[in-house]
Amino acid sequence: MTRAQPGPEASMSDYNFAYLDEQTKRMIRRAILKGLAIPGYQVPFASREMPMPYGWGTGGVQVSAAALTPDDTFKVIDQGADDTTNAVSIRKFFEKTAGVAVTERTSDATIIQTRHRIPEEDLTEDQLLVYQVPIPEPLRFLEPSEVETRKMHALEEYGLMYVKLYEDIARHGEIATAYAYPVKVEDRYVMDPSPIPKFDNPKLEMAAIQLFGAGREQRIYALPPYTKVVSLDFEDYPFERTRAQEDCGLCGSGESYLDEVIMDDAGGRMFVCSDTDYCRARREAGHRGSMADEGEAFA
Amino acid sequence: MYVAVKGGERAIENAHEWLAEERRGDVSVAELSIPQIREQLALAVNRVMAEGSLYDPDLAALAIKQSRGDLIEAIFLIRAYRTTLPRLGLSEPVDTGAMAVDRRVSATFKDLPGGQVLGPTFDYTHRLLDFALAAEGFAPAEAPQGTPREEPVPHVTEFLDREGLIQPEEERDATPPDLTREPLKLPAGRPLRLQALTRGDEGFVLGMAYSTQRGYGRNHPFVGELRIGKVAVEMEIPELGFAVEIGEVTLTECETVNQFKGSKTEPPQFTRGYGLVFGQTERKAISMALVDRALRWAELGEDNVGAPAQDEEFVLYHADNIQASGFLEHIKLPHYVDFQSELELIRKLRREAETATRREAAE
Repeated sequence: MTRAQPGPEASMSDYNFAYLDEQTKRMIRRAILKGLAIPGYQVPFASREMPMPYGWGTGGVQVSAAALTPDDTFKVIDQGADDTTNAVSIRKFFEKTAGVAVTERTSDATIIQTRHRIPEEDLTEDQLLVYQVPIPEPLRFLEPSEVETRKMHALEEYGLMYVKLYEDIARHGEIATAYAYPVKVEDRYVMDPSPIPKFDNPKLEMAAIQLFGAGREQRIYALPPYTKVVSLDFEDYPFERTRAQEDCGLCGSGESYLDEVIMDDAGGRMFVCSDTDYCRARREAGHRGSMADEGEAFA
Repeated sequence: MYVAVKGGERAIENAHEWLAEERRGDVSVAELSIPQIREQLALAVNRVMAEGSLYDPDLAALAIKQSRGDLIEAIFLIRAYRTTLPRLGLSEPVDTGAMAVDRRVSATFKDLPGGQVLGPTFDYTHRLLDFALAAEGFAPAEAPQGTPREEPVPHVTEFLDREGLIQPEEERDATPPDLTREPLKLPAGRPLRLQALTRGDEGFVLGMAYSTQRGYGRNHPFVGELRIGKVAVEMEIPELGFAVEIGEVTLTECETVNQFKGSKTEPPQFTRGYGLVFGQTERKAISMALVDRALRWAELGEDNVGAPAQDEEFVLYHADNIQASGFLEHIKLPHYVDFQSELELIRKLRREAETATRREAAE
């Protein structure tokens, strides 16, 4: 019997467009459509083993593979940056398996796969944002059983979550959740927005379609454009968006989400935009931060 | 000074080249061949085939070579390859009763039809390092040959079944669901549980099984029978309208006979645990049978004593080493953004706590 065995000389063209076979893509697209029809609901799907490990974005990769067409322009960010190792690796994967155009410019991309950030620049109706999701279940750390949490969603029983938020306030004076801050979608499903900083939560109401893929947990969920997404809070303790109280050292932005970079072993530090494309565009437009000269040589 | 994260691409390429070099090791030492791994590291090959869910000794050997002997990594390579293969159809259920046994032992009957066949086992070896193996070119003395027994080798549980002493197994014609093509739904049912266990991590399944022996959901198992050997795989070819043999696979099958005093719904009788795994993998097959039995508490009307091995959701969601190692190891990927948000939160909470302490001290 002969076996389709990609030898050393075999190229990725031995695989289907965007790696997955058409049947699998069809199955994923169905899950995506169901997700869009029921915003915030976690749709089970038959996640495949991908050639990168679970935890490296296999859910996002499968959703991107199902959504990509040959005419798309693809962008990948991890922690807001295009050049973190895993973003590079995923971008290369689709360059190789789909041959699509890739870009680092947010506005040029038709599909953006992201891990842990929403781009600073507003997205448009012509764009698709694909999130990599580690644990899709917002109630997971309150109730470890999937059987139970599915029941809770079905019955819209979210009391446990509010009790948790209340206990935070009682103990710390505020809601002690800094990322993966839970939201309620269209007054129905409580949803985990993936581990984005809560700074990004208000941007979840946007013009672009947002798709969330959790490979290991075999779940896909979605937010159609302009869907109502409310961060959970209390009237007397409203949701608060936080960022480092600094300006970007490179581009001077006082609006963007910042990464803290340790400069030396004496406590020296610098804050820079986590969204590298946003920062680049600002610098190209002539904005300069207080440490621009030092940083420029390396950025 | 700020060194931005540019250069990720070059770092990845260089890392891959270094890895290839490390994989080869000292080039003055002869390179391992795939046949060498397949023939001489056969139990590693078996584990990779079992947990990779793909019966192909050559590919498993290649995966072991490529992964530098990291078996979980090798299993991952096989899984990622397997998932790209088309599913042409289903085989007929294999008949383990017709197995050509290399090994067949029963712990419940001293002698039985088909006999006790010890086979190539470590069981009664003394675990003394054999320094003779360190000298290359060592050829083992030829093992004495006997005439194979021609008689059939019926399953031990069949004897108990005839007497009505063991809980009968329900006949099912339904095609079992496929764990690799459908998302896991709970409650899973026994066919799906067995699928998950046979490809589950050997260490995890062993640990779960061991926990039942130590009292976390004890189910008093005897190894009714353990058999290892080749079975024919048959498949019905639509054009022919009947099943033809398309190959053979080595399997390890373990049936446990478990003591059972009866419950509200079931009379006193023996009950069964079942393990079936690719290759010679008896530690895994026995473990699987114990965990299978522990998970059957509900259908047998037993009490759920809250033991981990009784919790279907717990066992099935955590048995897969590709899922587990992926999620575990992903925490080494960048988490600057979420860590930054935590940093700000902790700083803020500390500021507030300090202010409160100072205020209290002043009062």
